[in-house]
Amino acid sequence: MKQTILIIGLIITAIATLPVVFSDDDWREYKQLSLGVSAISDPLYKEECGSCHMAYPPGLLPAASWQKMMLGLEDHFGDNAEIAAEDHQLITQFLTKNSADDSSYRRSRRIVNSLKQTDVPLRISATPYFLHEHDEIPDRLVSKNDKVKSFSNCNACHQQAEQGMFDEHSIRIPGHGRWDD
Amino acid sequence: MKQLILITTIMVTQLSLAQAEPATVNEVMNQFITQGASRGNAEKGKSLWNTSYAGQAPFTERSCQSCHGKDLTQPGKHVRTGKLIKPLAPSANKNSLNDAKKINKWFKRNCKWTLGRECNTQDKADILSYISQQ
Repeated sequence: MKQTILIIGLIITAIATLPVVFSDDDWREYKQLSLGVSAISDPLYKEECGSCHMAYPPGLLPAASWQKMMLGLEDHFGDNAEIAAEDHQLITQFLTKNSADDSSYRRSRRIVNSLKQTDVPLRISATPYFLHEHDEIPDRLVSKNDKVKSFSNCNACHQQAEQGMFDEHSIRIPGHGRWDD
Repeated sequence: MKQLILITTIMVTQLSLAQAEPATVNEVMNQFITQGASRGNAEKGKSLWNTSYAGQAPFTERSCQSCHGKDLTQPGKHVRTGKLIKPLAPSANKNSLNDAKKINKWFKRNCKWTLGRECNTQDKADILSYISQQ
């Protein structure tokens, strides 16, 4: 009996101290941690970088990767993607500021944590976190699937990729349907 | 009399609206002419549009059609990423050719990828003339 009272007492104490443990800031952080990556966008970025491919949320790569990429737009994965000098500067700033490095979003953190400090990947699909998350997906669903073609087309399967959401519920693989791990 | 003024006003307004679109094309065309080109020839532009050029694998044969297709009133498809590209023909897409900076940006990028070199001003004048008439 004494034990039961003790346990109930402990539970009550735990509940009562919850608001102290989780301040407003913590809740905000928890909410962000539970999301994918920041959905932040920018009209200039979308226009300049979203014409030929999806405008990838900047939280999918660290700042060093974005900066390196922006210095090589003349050969951007085999395409020429040169842009005006003033746009180049503004977009580099936007990508740096919103990169995965300082983000509190869950997937941004995981991408950064999966990299060695010296790694500067240019492809999101080459980060260890990405590879780990996609290692069970057979070729027939991606590279051999005409409606997907490549892992670069996030939004072919991740319906809310441009909003920064990559959870399993929003996956619909063309010609296959939902994906359950 | 009042009616006449009203009708005239409407007609003038419509005329200026109708001219609003090619204004950018004229502006860019005049830039090309200032830089030494003669006024664009749509036929020559069409021929450039349909010519294939050698490129690196996997896209060993490249032309404007690779991404924009043959019929400019229809949407194109980016040959590498598969992303839909809005029709280039102003008759099908009112936002096409209405921004001088964009016209110059895409000429630079796409000529380099497709032809393997920058287009000269005459090429650009001819292609612009061809697209603007679609």
